[in-house]
Amino acid sequence: MDESGHRGIRITRRTVLESGTATAAFLLSGLPQVALSAEAADTETAITPISVDLQVNGLLHRLTLDPRTTLLDALREHLALTGSKKGCDHGQCGACTVLLDGRRINSCLTLAAMHDGEPITTIEGLADGKTLHPLQAAFIEHDGFQCGYCTSGQICSAMGMLSESRAGAPSYVTENLAEAQPALTDAEIRERMSGNICRCAAYPNIVAAIKQAAGAPT
Amino acid sequence: MKAFTYQRANSLTEAAAASAKPGATLIAGGTNLLDLMKLQVETPNHLVDINRLPLDKIEDTPEGGLRIGAMVRNSDLAADPRVRNRYGVLSRALLSGASAQLRNKATTGGNLLQRTRCYYFYDVTKPCNKRDPGSGCAALGGFNRIHAILGGSNQCIAVNPSDMAVAMRALDAQVGTIDAKNVTRAIPIAEFHRLPGDTPQIETTLKPGEIITAVMLPPPPMGKQIYRKVRDRASYAFALVSVAAIVDAAGGKVRSARLAFGGLAPKPWRVAPAEERAVGASASESTFDAVASGVLDGARGYGGNDFKIPLTRRTLRAVLAEATLT
Repeated sequence: MDESGHRGIRITRRTVLESGTATAAFLLSGLPQVALSAEAADTETAITPISVDLQVNGLLHRLTLDPRTTLLDALREHLALTGSKKGCDHGQCGACTVLLDGRRINSCLTLAAMHDGEPITTIEGLADGKTLHPLQAAFIEHDGFQCGYCTSGQICSAMGMLSESRAGAPSYVTENLAEAQPALTDAEIRERMSGNICRCAAYPNIVAAIKQAAGAPT
Repeated sequence: MKAFTYQRANSLTEAAAASAKPGATLIAGGTNLLDLMKLQVETPNHLVDINRLPLDKIEDTPEGGLRIGAMVRNSDLAADPRVRNRYGVLSRALLSGASAQLRNKATTGGNLLQRTRCYYFYDVTKPCNKRDPGSGCAALGGFNRIHAILGGSNQCIAVNPSDMAVAMRALDAQVGTIDAKNVTRAIPIAEFHRLPGDTPQIETTLKPGEIITAVMLPPPPMGKQIYRKVRDRASYAFALVSVAAIVDAAGGKVRSARLAFGGLAPKPWRVAPAEERAVGASASESTFDAVASGVLDGARGYGGNDFKIPLTRRTLRAVLAEATLT
């Protein structure tokens, strides 16, 4: 997906990162005219910017966005929350996983506009001040990564997975679907985490970290 | 992605009217649509967001079945105790599809409307009669490992990628719809998806502005329910062959068999004469083989997918053996 605002205004990701959210929001208020002139040549539909209230990690942000902006791009490019990563941008790798009302989703495959006012949690929202979330601490303790690019997605996904598991949700490898509380075995963790790819193949350590955070013996 | 305007629908009537306009498309979970829009395979000029319509309930029907709202997420449907206990084939089929993140977003209605994963359909630099009618089919003489061995045409051999719909076909589900004039229909799932023929771009029997509101399941049929999926990875991959089976057997005899297949055809595939071969027959290898021959009646490979013919036979034999095990 192209970010028309960037093309027109010539802000880079670095500029946004250095300037912070307030600057990004200020620059974006200038989006409509610039975007229109930049896009008019190659599209039939004029861009009608929309106002979106994103509630991220407990903070409300009012954004003016091109309707095409995915939730991932809104988080990264407009709110400077770059913990959520863009891997494939097609829902295949899981690096962009965030929690929507506590449920894990691929933020690259949904539009920011579709989540006006809905509570979103990203990797930046997990720690309590300087105290890491138990999943974050477990990933460090068990060396659940090498390059780290997939890690925020893995951790957010594991958050969602553990709450699904606590709620008794089955998986494809659950032998008895009628069982109210399927045990979280290694095979269950691997199946339930299959939407998160780790190109470094740190999978054994990821499983160990998740087991520890789940309170299971590792 | 091409530019579009965005509208959040506040009622079904509003959504139906808005979606009937040329170039407009409904968006529910969006997991397939946005993927295709990024690649400009789909280029709607207007999106009608139906995520806040109250279609997210799973309700018992007076007949003893279930009515599943169109916006029920795949993960919620798979985890529902009624589905797990009475429609295990559906729960298992859903859980075999995509990833947990995608299932949390993907909806019942959207799953039925998802497009094929044919790589030529996705590649806008290649001919594809489904994406660009009249341009040709690159799969016929190209890499066609994942393509159809049944139900295809000389215009298109793309397969329907859904697991959920295969289980629903075995269960004889009905698809409930409504249009902008509040006219409702219940479409048997067997008639919901179309075969490609000369118009592979038309995939369902839905009319413009007609919206899926629910899927209705009849009371669960007698018998053991199995969903078996064969694929290139153990998880998070589309089916090469899948079988949704509901088989009632006792004393070494088969009383009834409902057998639907994924990965083989442009729609969930079911062959009544093949199922009839099983009725009253002994639960034996020769019966299973006769049923498989019936299912594969008219099957043809295109080179890369020739393996699906023996793979279907073997998978079905294994499923029937498991289903009739006493």
